[in-house]
Amino acid sequence: MAEGVTPRVKVPKKAAAGDVVTIKTLISHPMESGQRKDDDGNLIPRSIINRFTCDFNGQNVIDVTMEPAMSTNPYFEFDAIVPEAGEFKFTWYDDDGSVYEETKSIAIG
Amino acid sequence: MDFSRRETLGLGLGAAALISLPMGASASTVDELIAAFTGGADMADTGVTLTAPEIAENGNTVPIEVEATGASAIMLLATGNPTPAAGTFHFGPLAGRSGASTRIRLAKSQNVVAIAKLEDGTFARTSAEVKVTIGGCGG
Repeated sequence: MAEGVTPRVKVPKKAAAGDVVTIKTLISHPMESGQRKDDDGNLIPRSIINRFTCDFNGQNVIDVTMEPAMSTNPYFEFDAIVPEAGEFKFTWYDDDGSVYEETKSIAIG
Repeated sequence: MDFSRRETLGLGLGAAALISLPMGASASTVDELIAAFTGGADMADTGVTLTAPEIAENGNTVPIEVEATGASAIMLLATGNPTPAAGTFHFGPLAGRSGASTRIRLAKSQNVVAIAKLEDGTFARTSAEVKVTIGGCGG
């Protein structure tokens, strides 16, 4: 597991039913591209997060396939429809098999 | 120092192999990636919006925004990178719009290409040129 991986997610606390809300996500991760060399000239092996998904009450909002060209600390901003009160679930999948999860609930009001 | 015909040929072959190596080393070319995504279908020139800075001072984090109304998936390609694929967005039933913002790495000044798969099964593409002052792939 890469060290110091912390997901950060910004979701409004409440919305009207059927509203479209903007979600911002950031996860701290080195996203080693597999192109860089260390001081001795050896290639540093690739180690990235290769997939990110966001679901709301089990229904998919966005599913991103990520390649080494994604920046360090991958950031996403996207919109989601909120049909009812519930929970957003964010999942990041690391090359090494680790899975990082974060949930945020949203109320109607 | 004299070269025989055989030695000269051998040297030439070695040089050719060296030159072709970087091509073979990259995972897949831009054309191959596009073909894999579209299945060789024709692409319209309108329908995708790609927002990228004209000049990116730091190639390590270049803010990119893509949007295509009615798209089910959008693929981003950095044509000048050692591995051109940057990422693919798939939009689910609860996506508020078929668009997203992210940050990508660009190794040098190049064209960034976005290809959208629209819900009716057709494809659309657009590209934007980004000038990069400091490349973002180490090296």
